[in-house]
Amino acid sequence: MKILVALKRVADPDNANKVKVSPEKIDTTGLEWKINPFDEYALEAALRLTEDGKKPKKREGEVVVMTLGPKEVETTLRSALATGADRAIRIDCTDDELDGRLVANALKTVIAEEKPDYVIFGKQAVDGDNNGVGQMVAELLDWPMATFAATIQEEDGSLLVSREVDGGMCTLRVKTPAVVTVDLRIVAPESVYSKLTDKAHKYSDGVRFAALPAIMKAKKKPIDVKALADTAGGVTIGSNYANFEAPAARAAGVKVEDVAALVDKLANEAKAI
Amino acid sequence: MAWLSGLGAKGSCMTDYDEHSTTGGGFAVTSAGRAGAFTPEQFGEEHLKYYQAAAEFSRNQVEPRAEDIDHKKPEVLRELMQQAADLGFFLVEVPEEYGGMALDKATSMLIAEALSPVGSFAVTYGAHTGIGTLPLVYYGTGEQRSRYLERLASGELMASYCLSEPSSGSDALAAKTTATLSADGKHYVLNGTKAWITNGGFADLYTVFAQLVDGDSLKFSAFLIERKTPGVSIGKEERKLGIRGSSTTLVILDNVKVPVENLLGEVGRGHKIAFNILNIGRWKLGIGSVGAAKYALGEGVRYAKERVQFKRPISEFGLIRQKIATSAQLIYAGESMAYRTAGLVDAATAKLDKSDPEYFKKAINIIEEYTIEASILKVFCSDALAFVVDEMLQVHGGNGYTEDYTVERLFRDARIMRIFEGTNEVNRLLIPATLLKRALQGRLPLLEFAEQTKKELSGPGRLPTRGTGPMADEARASELAKRAVVYCASYAATKYLDALKNKQRVLGELADAIAHLYGMDSVIARAERITQAHGEDDELTKVHCALASLYCFEARASIFQSLQRIAMMISEDDELDLLYERLGKLDQRYRVDVMGLQERVAEYILQNDGYKLSH
Ligand SMILES: Cc1cc2nc3c(=O)[nH]c(=O)nc-3n(C[C@H](O)[C@H](O)[C@H](O)COP(=O)(O)OP(=O)(O)OC[C@H]3O[C@@H](n4cnc5c(N)ncnc54)[C@H](O)[C@@H]3O)c2cc1C
Repeated sequence: MKILVALKRVADPDNANKVKVSPEKIDTTGLEWKINPFDEYALEAALRLTEDGKKPKKREGEVVVMTLGPKEVETTLRSALATGADRAIRIDCTDDELDGRLVANALKTVIAEEKPDYVIFGKQAVDGDNNGVGQMVAELLDWPMATFAATIQEEDGSLLVSREVDGGMCTLRVKTPAVVTVDLRIVAPESVYSKLTDKAHKYSDGVRFAALPAIMKAKKKPIDVKALADTAGGVTIGSNYANFEAPAARAAGVKVEDVAALVDKLANEAKAI
Repeated sequence: MAWLSGLGAKGSCMTDYDEHSTTGGGFAVTSAGRAGAFTPEQFGEEHLKYYQAAAEFSRNQVEPRAEDIDHKKPEVLRELMQQAADLGFFLVEVPEEYGGMALDKATSMLIAEALSPVGSFAVTYGAHTGIGTLPLVYYGTGEQRSRYLERLASGELMASYCLSEPSSGSDALAAKTTATLSADGKHYVLNGTKAWITNGGFADLYTVFAQLVDGDSLKFSAFLIERKTPGVSIGKEERKLGIRGSSTTLVILDNVKVPVENLLGEVGRGHKIAFNILNIGRWKLGIGSVGAAKYALGEGVRYAKERVQFKRPISEFGLIRQKIATSAQLIYAGESMAYRTAGLVDAATAKLDKSDPEYFKKAINIIEEYTIEASILKVFCSDALAFVVDEMLQVHGGNGYTEDYTVERLFRDARIMRIFEGTNEVNRLLIPATLLKRALQGRLPLLEFAEQTKKELSGPGRLPTRGTGPMADEARASELAKRAVVYCASYAATKYLDALKNKQRVLGELADAIAHLYGMDSVIARAERITQAHGEDDELTKVHCALASLYCFEARASIFQSLQRIAMMISEDDELDLLYERLGKLDQRYRVDVMGLQERVAEYILQNDGYKLSH
């Protein structure tokens, strides 16, 4: 089994107030970066699908992580390599050269070369919240797709993927090769089962930690660098950023005396009810 | 201890003091901030990843269980220790041939910092991986190491360090526990009681220090003792003010037969093992205090932003903002000194050849070289932590006095830091004593520097002048303060010779002054480096420079106050006039916009919900 996981680095939300915004540009110098949380979940899902949950040290398949960005994003890739991915691919570019369509096209080229069984994405990146690249890639590849996965179960040559819907679960069976995007429930203890993992096995909640020796070994795992021009297939940035502005500072809240006062404010001030 | 006989050696006036920038204690004579000191901004990706891994473990696994740990819920701590072992946190300082990672001291300090928010866990971890495991790493024979190290590194065995006894704490070498060789020469038989042993309740391997009885003489030596050896028993758990979840017990040895192979190091050299291992412990205690102080500051800041009085969040009040800024400047100084020291040790150790059979002996010599710095870190950072937790508790008002708020635990947990690994008093005495001893051994040109200072003072225009840049005033103040401290130290040493060792008040003041010299030098070096990297107008540069300036302002004043007290303690009337005149020339004030700088720092910290200036 071979799985590709697309990762994006996002500004650490704890430090997001350091962002300097001018109308032309968001200045990202000095920001701390993290893997987009949903992409971390995608990686965790891929790792669970390529192991026997009882023996996670023995890898039973290949997980390749890929991203687009400048040299600095390699530190994000190495974090993924430390948690268990086998190798990484970086498409070299700057952040402001990109939009979702271009990213999807570039990834499509890599995926077509790599020929994985599955590609797993986070459902969206928490910076732009666009929720588009996974779907676009599936469309460009003309592969089946299952989005917002809450659980994944491996079968012979297919995945049984469930998403939460109002009042229940909606389950799709996608045949390999396929694209899956994951929601946060995917890292719950009983969300992902490879064929090797016993159905009674429970993972610990959340994503796995990188052990220190794995951080050391990640240094030696390969990171392949590709040029944007070679992967974009002639597609160029299609979005034009007209203006950037910081959100208005939030006004201080008020404490209300009782429920009656709350209802009154909601009805008359906020006009919400 | 004839550490002051032979005084009066005249140095040449050609001494190049900056040659001593990497000598232990060398900061006292090198020019300010020029020492190329290592700063936290120089950590590479791998260092930061190790730190983040440990910080994440603390945040997600340890901190949520702090209350269970404090209430000694059975097994919580052991379980967390096993998880830490599985993540490789026990491998950091263990050599590769025993499955370890043999990482540098900076990494071990970063991890100690990251694990500091929950004192009980930090102390348990530190006792096992530090004072518990390191005696074997540095002094074990190949056979001893292969017997135990791998299992200590994997968490299969837990370790303890047993030096203190009920009747000997600070005076550790007066231990009463004895070891006698059995008639057949195959065993040592140990008898005695060890006290205050961290991890005592569950450790499997104890490094025990005892007096080896050799005819009429007692030879202080170290032994490796397994818990299961007959005659080893454990006292009840101490009921403590803080770090309540950690295990602290008596370890009682009643005719314990230890195979001769379990003697650690050489007979009669136990004090070397005991003190060098404590040296390493002291850096980690220092940086652990810094980490706990950062955590406490974060708690205080969060509370201050939410708590409203007089219709305003209390974070808007000047006296609250002052507490935040003052805490941050101490953290900044402690952090700068701690990682500078790690940088010194690691740079020297990196030059060693790992395949050299003498590698560990040489590595230990490097650790010994920086023993002054180790004591400074221990004292300065634990005192700083005491200040910070106290002020952050105060920010919480009445709530801070209740168990409902984390700061209450932080306040209790902090207290031990000034007591163990050598009390702050014992460490204070060591700082000037070691510095002067080095001067007499010719390892540091302290007396020459004092002579030079006298000459500089005797004519106009000879003292260092103000340079340029945002740290110009501080750098000059540091230069002058070094002269004043070294001058007073050598004055006292020349006057009292060996008797100085009994003038504890003088030594204590000197210790504080010397610690501040290291602090000033380290923050200046760091702020200058940041200025070079980002430019004077950069916002972050301004915060660094503000912290450095605020700290130097306090440190300078404190140094001269200490020296004034020393002058009064060591001089008759006309001597005092001379001393005052000389010190007066070095005690040059300059203008610092204390309020403006405090505002800048407080604003930054409040905006970032905590210290957030490094990793
Ligand atoms: C929670 C905890 C964990 C510990 N863990 C360990 C451990 O794992 N292993 C271990 O071996 N020990 C351990 N210790 C012991 C610790 O190192 C000692 O408590 C410490 O060294 C002080 O010794 P003491 O308690 O006997 O105090 P004392 O030495 O009796 O000191 C009492 C006071 O007198 C002062 N004093 C003593 N001598 C002088 C002097 N010459 N000049 C001026 N002032 C002086 C001290 O500074 C102190 O303020 C632990 C202690 C505690 C509380």
